[in-house]
Amino acid sequence: MISPVARERWIKFSRNLNLQLGLFMLGLLVFAIFVFPVLIAHDPLAVDFDSALIPPGADHWFGTDDLGRDVLARVAAAGLVDLQVVTVCVFVPFVIGSTIGLVSGYIGGVVDTLLMRLVDILWAFPFYVLVISIVGALGPSVGNMYLAFSMVVWISFARIVRGEVLLAKRQEYVQAAQVLGFSHIRIMARHVLPNVITPAIVFMMADVVLTILGVTSLGFLGLGIQPPTPEWGVMIAEGRNFILDGWWVSLFPGLAIVYVGITFTLLGDGLDDFLRPKG
Amino acid sequence: MPIAIYCLNRLVQLIPVLIGITLIAFLLLRVMPGDPATLILGSRGTAADIAKLNAQLGLDQPLWRQYLLFLKDIATGSFGESIAYKASVGPLIWERLWPTIWLVLFSTVMAVVLTVPLALLAAVRRGSVADAGIKLFFIVAMSMPSFWLGILLVLLLSIVVPVFPVSGYGDTILERLHHLVLPSLVIALATAALTVRSLRSSVIAVLSADYVDTARSKGLRSRQVLWRHVLRNSLMSTISVLGVHTSWVIGGTVVIETLFGIPGLGSLLVSSISARDYPMVQGLTVTFAVLVVLINLLTDLAYVAVDPRVKLS
Repeated sequence: MISPVARERWIKFSRNLNLQLGLFMLGLLVFAIFVFPVLIAHDPLAVDFDSALIPPGADHWFGTDDLGRDVLARVAAAGLVDLQVVTVCVFVPFVIGSTIGLVSGYIGGVVDTLLMRLVDILWAFPFYVLVISIVGALGPSVGNMYLAFSMVVWISFARIVRGEVLLAKRQEYVQAAQVLGFSHIRIMARHVLPNVITPAIVFMMADVVLTILGVTSLGFLGLGIQPPTPEWGVMIAEGRNFILDGWWVSLFPGLAIVYVGITFTLLGDGLDDFLRPKG
Repeated sequence: MPIAIYCLNRLVQLIPVLIGITLIAFLLLRVMPGDPATLILGSRGTAADIAKLNAQLGLDQPLWRQYLLFLKDIATGSFGESIAYKASVGPLIWERLWPTIWLVLFSTVMAVVLTVPLALLAAVRRGSVADAGIKLFFIVAMSMPSFWLGILLVLLLSIVVPVFPVSGYGDTILERLHHLVLPSLVIALATAALTVRSLRSSVIAVLSADYVDTARSKGLRSRQVLWRHVLRNSLMSTISVLGVHTSWVIGGTVVIETLFGIPGLGSLLVSSISARDYPMVQGLTVTFAVLVVLINLLTDLAYVAVDPRVKLS
């Protein structure tokens, strides 16, 4: 027997085109990144000057770059690198920011006032300026990129979750849990958190779009992942130097970024409809 | 509350924010592992060179004194001494400020020109093919890396069909506008992707408001209602939406200025980071944040000036 809740969820899901399309595109993306490198005979790092700048065709679907490396193999390999970096750069700030927002909103008082002042001030620094300055000061590396994104992006999650906590605190279930004498940690983790986390999860999808643009921008500026590791932003920067002789070298990694962006925008819209309570 | 007192109040409220901004820009470079002088000089620097540079940058002082010195440098307008340019940071930033401001202004105007008609169309024809098409277009625009779109536009409109210059800034006002078209368009598309969505929903809300019904029942034709009542209210919400995204627009200039070789603050930031010019990076982060705060203040004040319903509190 299917429970009524599961049945209702399934009906909600079957009407949610954004979520379905987003999940389908995500599946295709995962397939492309993990299966393509095995299927394609080309090595993303193998240099072959005899086959430099071959236009897209039967042998090289996305063509080759100035060093004769297969662009499709490189786009797929770069996808693995970029998505790993983006996952960490989104998930770590999500955990840190949501925790700070939860605790700050629940405790209130001086701690909350001070933290929110900090958030307001950090908010004034443009995202790119802060990330570029931190990565620049620390030196370009993947670890420093994780650090920079974590230091900058947590404020968005903290703001969203705190706002929700302030609303939840006035609800009866929280007061009931307090009257029952549950510890604050238990109330926060078991009662408040499940009720406030949905907007943060939805924002996480939008944040993937911002982060993929940020990570590839750093790569493009030479401040992110370093060559010869394939990375979409780095590939676009390399292709720019011979754009007239080989437009495909820059075009395909860019299309890959757009694909990821569309996928997560659809997932964000879809999750928003799916997770939001009725009414 | 009279408007003068409101403005004064807002300015006073800015003081702690500005102090916070300087503190964060200051700490940003101090909490980093490793010592800047060693990083600047690299492996070639002798112990004596490093000690000398540390003294020159004031890094041999205790942290609280370094911060006070930084505040003093800001107060005198010098913002410290640039390592790469061997001159005061302040005047160098001032010189680079204007191209960035023009870029922000021009791209904002373009974003408004794109946003208002498309959002109105999407809202009035809600659920139509046009609405879906506009939505799809901006989902794609939102997902495009600005540097990639910039490269493609240069390829199409500067190289294949040479209408706009590849890069640079120009000398006369007309030349500058001409140079700024492509970079502004790239930023405007990303901005409009954010604003079209919120304006569309606010127009839908306005369309169902009572005064629109009243206007209709007075016998005004729907086009007149749209222009006179809906558009005016929509422009207001566009201002406030743009205000929220100021930081996003200004941040976008960093990559775009570098790509198009515009001598503004963003390209200066990127080159200063590559040159490990710490005083310059510090001065620039402060400048960027202050710009965001000031533009937010101006949009708030513009909103107050335009909309009599906004309460000054």
